[in-house]
Order: sequence, then C-alpha cells, then structure tokens
Amino acid sequence: MARIAGIDLPKHKRGVIGLTYIFGIGRSTAERILNEAGIDHSVKVDAWDDDQLTKIRTIINELKVEGALRSETQLNIKRLVDINCYRGMRHRNGLPVRGQRTKTNCRTRKGKRKTVANKKKATKM
Amino acid sequence: MARSLKKGPYIAHHLEKKVVKMNESKKKTVIKTWSRASMISPDYVGHTFAVHNGNKFIPVYVTENMVGHKFGEFSPTRTFRGHSGNRNEK
Repeated sequence: MARIAGIDLPKHKRGVIGLTYIFGIGRSTAERILNEAGIDHSVKVDAWDDDQLTKIRTIINELKVEGALRSETQLNIKRLVDINCYRGMRHRNGLPVRGQRTKTNCRTRKGKRKTVANKKKATKM
Repeated sequence: MARSLKKGPYIAHHLEKKVVKMNESKKKTVIKTWSRASMISPDYVGHTFAVHNGNKFIPVYVTENMVGHKFGEFSPTRTFRGHSGNRNEK
C-alpha cells in the first residue's frame, strides 16, 4: 500500500498516473519526480519497493502539495477579498474573475442555471 | 500579459509628485485622481486617494496589501442592482 502525503494512491495504476492523485501534482511533476527517483514511469504503484517509496517521499516533501497548497490558494483569494479590489469582489459574488463574458456560459462559477420564468414571479435562488 | 520590467511600473507623474510632496511635509490630504491605470507604489501606503470611476470619486485608503495593484481595481465602474426576478435580494 502506497501512502504519500496523506493520500492513498491507487494500486493498479501506472506510477506517473498514480502520483497525479495527489493534489498539486500533475503529469509533468509526476514525470519529473519519477525521473529524479530513477523509476520507470510504467511501473505500477504497488510494484514500488520501500526504497523507491522513500525516494519519492523525500522528493515530494520538498513540494507544496495537498493541505499546504490548498491553504495557500485560499489565503491568496482571501487577500483579494480583504483589500476589496475588483478581483476580490468577483470572488465574493461567485462570478468569473478574469473578465470572461457572463451573458452566457461561466456555469462553473455561477452554478446551476436559475431560470426566471416570469418577470413578476420570483423563482428560488 | 505583464508589463515589461524594463519600463518599470506605470505611475502617473503628477500623482508621484503629489505623494512625494505630502511625504515630505508629513501632511495627509485626500488626493483626487483620474489615473486609474497607475500602479500603487509602496510610498502610497497610509494615504487616501479619491479614485474617479467615471461618475464620482471613490475614496480608497491604501494598505500594504494593495501595493502592486492599480487604482482602478478599487473603484468599481458598474453598479449591479440585481435581476428583476430576484425579490429575496434586498
């Protein structure tokens, strides 16, 4: 069982893919880590031996992943909200921050469509 | 796209002059400005600026966190009053 940075990696996946289950590690970081540790990318996660695991762990220890990374992004957003700038306001209102159009699309930020059937009837938010 | 480092940050020179004068004389007055594109430099911390939003001047008190942002970011140009259907806002 491979447990790295507080996350259980899927056993049956290739090493490169398995590492990307850690928040903050994508394909390129995963490739770099395995290259540094000298492990073949296609070796399955449960085929890593203890030596290789410790190597991977030491490399990941130097990176900002999981909780630390999440709190950093939260802090960055909080700073924008606190200084009351335009980007902060957009974060507060749950609208796109980088100037995208809002007439259509941006459903990721705005959530599910709220249809207003009739002008006078208010539908639930 | 970030501005070229070679040029340095954009700050309207008339703003720069006024702040330098204020820092020398240790006085604090509100500075009116139309220059929304000017970057907030570290010297401005603690001063209040009245930033024009096209209609009126919005007072902006500059804190340390704001350094590196631009004045226009703190002076919204649009007012959103809500959609006609949303009665529960208000």
